[in-house]
Amino acid sequence: MQEKKPSKAPKSPNATKAKSAAAKPESKLSELQVTRERKTVIMQGNEAVAYGALDAGVNFFAGYPITPSTEVAEILASELPKRGGTFIQMEDEIASICAITGASLAGAKALTATSGPGFSLMQEGIGFAKITETPCVVVNVQRMGPSTGMPTSPAQGDIMQSRWGSHGDSPAIVLYPDSVKESYELTIRAVNLSEKYRTCVVLLLDEVIGHMRESVRLPDMANVRVINRIKPTVPPHWYKHYDENQKYLSPLASYGDGYRFHVTGLTHDAHGFPTNKSVEAGDMMDRLRKKITYNIRDLVQIESHEMDDAKIAIFTAGITARAAKAAIAMARYEGIKVGLLRPLTIWPFPDDAVRKMLRNVDTVIVPELNQGQMIREIRRLTKDKSDSNVVAIQRVNGQLITPNDILRKIKEVS
Amino acid sequence: MANIPQKIVHQYLRHDKKFPHVWCAGCSNGIILGAIIRAIASMDLNRDDLVMVSGIGCSSRMPVYIDMNTLHTLHGRSIAYATGIKMHKPKMKVIVVTGDGDCTAIGGNHLIHAARRNIDLSVILVNNNIYGMTGGQCSPTTPHDAVATTAPYGNIEPDFNVCDLAMGAGASFVARTTAFHVTEMQNYIQASLEHPGFSLIEVISACPVIYGRLNKKGGAPQMMKEFKDNSVPLTAIDKLPKEKVEGKIIRGILRKEIRPEYCAVYADLVSRVTPNNGGDK
Repeated sequence: MQEKKPSKAPKSPNATKAKSAAAKPESKLSELQVTRERKTVIMQGNEAVAYGALDAGVNFFAGYPITPSTEVAEILASELPKRGGTFIQMEDEIASICAITGASLAGAKALTATSGPGFSLMQEGIGFAKITETPCVVVNVQRMGPSTGMPTSPAQGDIMQSRWGSHGDSPAIVLYPDSVKESYELTIRAVNLSEKYRTCVVLLLDEVIGHMRESVRLPDMANVRVINRIKPTVPPHWYKHYDENQKYLSPLASYGDGYRFHVTGLTHDAHGFPTNKSVEAGDMMDRLRKKITYNIRDLVQIESHEMDDAKIAIFTAGITARAAKAAIAMARYEGIKVGLLRPLTIWPFPDDAVRKMLRNVDTVIVPELNQGQMIREIRRLTKDKSDSNVVAIQRVNGQLITPNDILRKIKEVS
Repeated sequence: MANIPQKIVHQYLRHDKKFPHVWCAGCSNGIILGAIIRAIASMDLNRDDLVMVSGIGCSSRMPVYIDMNTLHTLHGRSIAYATGIKMHKPKMKVIVVTGDGDCTAIGGNHLIHAARRNIDLSVILVNNNIYGMTGGQCSPTTPHDAVATTAPYGNIEPDFNVCDLAMGAGASFVARTTAFHVTEMQNYIQASLEHPGFSLIEVISACPVIYGRLNKKGGAPQMMKEFKDNSVPLTAIDKLPKEKVEGKIIRGILRKEIRPEYCAVYADLVSRVTPNNGGDK
């Protein structure tokens, strides 16, 4: 665990008092307000996540310290109380996901941040948030695993866990930024999507993005779009916690609002009461699935870079995409037609977009910091291409895939 | 209890929705649910401001039957969910119903830390000494030598004293009673709801169908009689000879003290650090 940086350490109450007695209150809060006036600042990915959460309206954080995500908790421990929000350090990651789910049911916008081992512990709770359709966000700053692995080294090994980690079929919305600025933006988007789709949204960060410092200019709050959950307008006795409708997006009451609803992790009917009837169980599972499939256009975000005339496509997310961009610049200089497809939403997997964009491409290179996770999806979508035309670059030793690694592969296949 | 007519108890049940209940004949869970309802009714609390949270197990099926805000969570995690609710809406009264396996085995960590924080939850621990829902496996409170399906030759492990555990962890209100002592149970539940801080009430309950059969305890009436004969009130301990106390269930309020409550402490922190509200004046 890292030492707390002096600048982050919360001031003792006396010090704050003494200082503020002399001048107008100066704190981290006012520094942030300065950044909101479009001043460019140097910021870490984890910091960007914390400020993105605050700007998205997150008012509840429960977490447990774990490298490399701890800065998110540290900043929110300092910032949330100042804004009347709640920060609580729980006894473990299991308690953390449970506490944010409970708080969300009571009406909070809730988020937690963790890394590999903690993310594994949270899986049951993530499944609970999904089956009960409770909005919450889990930030997973990925580190190399399995188990304790290399806590301060990057890997992209949780791509499949973030989709299939919890037992049973469940919907998954997983976002994946490639920069500090995008960490801020996608944190807001994650919170917005969780509120809109009433589910647990996962934000995957690479360790290097969490810890990397970049200069960013955060947008004015006026330019930040914040989505809040829809509240029911019907009288309590008409309220259905899982109201059927065409888009599968139903209003959500909070505890204490007078609706007195029941929430259970058991298979439930539209009111939320447990059921063993196969018709109702099937309806519930359909609802969870269709919530994603009917709204896939809203969920999918994919960046297409230099793809117009590309014969070789690189498909990758996060930090590896940045290496890919550098490699593409070098390859293009040598006249090789290569482009990049980078999903910002990795789950639901952007099937249609990828299929369309890879139609005119001869070869797809899939670099990833794992032993082959995203490439399975690409192979699934490119059945028309032979195996030798879907090429992997894989590395799991704590080191990144460099632009040169990718360039070498581009030249190999071109 | 006598002063709460049966009609009122029915008003607190979701009787038109989810009955008949899942519990076996002779189970104590219904008695405990009744005591909770009578305690709430006698305090005249607004049901909209009450939450009942439970984990997994027989007793944890309770929330579905009672008409208030209810949450049936994961195995062992009820206290963690309740912590989230309470921290976000401190004005709500949060009741946690949990079993011995749910609270002291898989959820033991959450129990001790909630007790340490002294967060204002009323935890009603229904201790039937066994995992009933999964068919009779031994739990951390299964007595030494008692038989369970996973301890067919008798339980070789010592059992937890749950109240001692909670007190050791810092709970500020701890009481123990049995399913037989219904009025006492109602009074303790009421006291715990009035108490500002973490409270735990251990209710020794009867599982005649599984625990009773495995351990040849007779039926529900015999087990109830055993609770009556085999328990002594805390207040009487000093007056009784030692042999009449040894091995008995000690009933009573074992601890009641006022310590700073976590939500209040947090609210204080917020007012201290909020620039335009508290200490920065």
